[in-house]
Amino acid sequence: MGVAVLLSPPGRPHSSQDEPMPPQPYRTTMTGWGRYPVVEGLAVKSEDLEQATVGAALCRGLGRSYGDSSLPARADDLVVDTTLADRLLAFDPASGMLRAEAGLSLWDLNRLLLRRGWFVPVSPGTQWVTLGGMVASDVHGKNHHRDGCFGRHLRSLRLRVADGRIVECSDEQEKELFRATVGGMGLTGHILEVEFPMHRIPSPWIWGETERIADLDALVAGLKEAAGSWPMTVAWADSLARGRGLGRGILIKGRWAEPGEAPDRPPRLKRPWRVPLRLPRLVFCRASVRMFNLLYYCKHCPHLSSGILHPETFFYPLDVLDNWNLIYGRRGFTQYQCVLPHAGDNGPVRRLLELFASADGKAFLCVIKDCGAEGKGMLSFPRPGISVAVDFPVDPKNTQALVDRLNELVIDEGGRIYLTKDAFTRAEHFRAMEPRLGAFNAVRKKWDPQGRLRSAQSVRLLGDAA
Amino acid sequence: MKVVLLGATRGIGRAVARLLAERGERIILLGRSPQQLQRTARDLEIRGAEAPVATAPCDLLRPEGFAAALDRAEQELGGFETVIVTAGLFGTQQQLEDDPELAARVLSADFTNTVLFCEEVRRRLLAGGGGTLCVFSSVAGERGRQPVILYGAAKAGLSRYLEGLDHKFRARGLKTVCVKPGFVHTGMTAGLKPPPLAGRTQEVARRVLRAVDRGTPEIYVPPMWRPVMCVIRNLPRWVMRRIQF
Repeated sequence: MGVAVLLSPPGRPHSSQDEPMPPQPYRTTMTGWGRYPVVEGLAVKSEDLEQATVGAALCRGLGRSYGDSSLPARADDLVVDTTLADRLLAFDPASGMLRAEAGLSLWDLNRLLLRRGWFVPVSPGTQWVTLGGMVASDVHGKNHHRDGCFGRHLRSLRLRVADGRIVECSDEQEKELFRATVGGMGLTGHILEVEFPMHRIPSPWIWGETERIADLDALVAGLKEAAGSWPMTVAWADSLARGRGLGRGILIKGRWAEPGEAPDRPPRLKRPWRVPLRLPRLVFCRASVRMFNLLYYCKHCPHLSSGILHPETFFYPLDVLDNWNLIYGRRGFTQYQCVLPHAGDNGPVRRLLELFASADGKAFLCVIKDCGAEGKGMLSFPRPGISVAVDFPVDPKNTQALVDRLNELVIDEGGRIYLTKDAFTRAEHFRAMEPRLGAFNAVRKKWDPQGRLRSAQSVRLLGDAA
Repeated sequence: MKVVLLGATRGIGRAVARLLAERGERIILLGRSPQQLQRTARDLEIRGAEAPVATAPCDLLRPEGFAAALDRAEQELGGFETVIVTAGLFGTQQQLEDDPELAARVLSADFTNTVLFCEEVRRRLLAGGGGTLCVFSSVAGERGRQPVILYGAAKAGLSRYLEGLDHKFRARGLKTVCVKPGFVHTGMTAGLKPPPLAGRTQEVARRVLRAVDRGTPEIYVPPMWRPVMCVIRNLPRWVMRRIQF
């Protein structure tokens, strides 16, 4: 494979000018945001993504996917770190159409364009993601019920496909490849450039409303009702409350503030705090989680409050802690996110939460969101229904069994999981919940018959050769 | 401010260029690859640099092209008063010992040709009544050190040249800024084990730009390298022979 060739000349000088030399691969440990699993890998990092992706198995941006999506299947698979490839290539201030290199972070984009009145059409819950990652995960956000996934807005992509060619794809050109790449976890080609329209916003501030809600039925009803009048909604629920209080939580609704009601000045970007060390596991016990969740619930003391919010507070509440993934301790954590079809009595969501609580699941807040229509990506996660996401620390004795039981429930209810969060699902479970897998595999087979592009996740779930 | 940048398509140079762009400065980019220069120019325009950001070919290994590149910069900008040179070549000591041809390229790019480029710039800035010349040297040039003998020697020569330039011409309005980076997280250092308090590109770029604005003759980035190098400079030879630093 090309990897060995790239690695061979140890005596390659490195230049800070535009030296047409391949960048040097190096050995490093890699892990996703959940810090589980941790693998040894061969990485390469360069401003010149076109050059760096030659012969690579996978691209990796800011490493915010929780599980093993951005990890190599084998220690000598070359993984490209895209974060230095972050140039804006074109921006039309009339239409908002933007083209940029895949390593550009949403943080950088917000820093530059929010104050000028532009925002991405869809934003995930953290701004520490790259555009390439947003495409590969086909991210969704608080506006999913109205605006769908990021992929819906995507104009075109520039890819380096497995045979080394560079291909431009969109809904008009190589449509199949385009749709497999949206939400395709980087397995169809290396995303080099991304083009999509930014959305005009009336001001860079948010008018938000939060409401405390006592149980699951009211929470889901609140989400559905708010979907009609609010462009952005999400709910946080207490995952440990049981019985009548099951699913009690906070309903958060927002829209961009009008110029008249927003402050005149642009919002100042916040400087994230850092967790100084990994916390000992003792900090993370059932009692402390229960206490945290109770405090969060009670913090919203008035049942309804509203006002102007900083856009970062609204979109990226967890980004205030730069490395909050360390609070789960040495073994790391995982997030389980699934979408369950709508049901009149919210039975599926209730059963999922009950199963989670009964299995001794410990989770800080659980995020609940109603999803709109299915995206155009072949493996895009959302579908109409209720999405539920819970974080929990990895426990070698317990986690695999818990995820298995959750997956069995999701299969029974006709739902599916989000690959970007997953580190534990079994291949047979994934196949059972993903009827679209055949079409996706066919596109991969066509563009990558030798199976050059792969990740630890694709080996675990899609049957790629290790 | 009208700024000429050599080596701004990558690393710290790119970060400095972006800060200049966000201030709305007028910029021309000099470098080797027309394609990379074009892409970087578009990026800087969108980030706020006065459009169009011009580019001109200039290769540190071809000193015969320096005058033409700077002529082009003068035409495009209508004169300039700030020049920032971040370009350079790097090779590990082992690479340079094994490959004399590579050693010759690194030595001439990082010393002779950088100095020749600066001489071209000096003449033009002095003719225009002064300005600022900011050049990236390295902490590697502070002492003869085992891991960076050749590279360090080139940078040592460069630092001395810049110091002399500053002593002679500051009174006539030419301010020289010698930047001495220690370990900074860039593509050049990817995969190397970072020492404690390694610099981040953006933070380093901010300090460099502040030094350019103030005309500080010499800065260490990150700043903790100043006391570290002060100690290294004063270590006796028998210690330097024994440590691998």
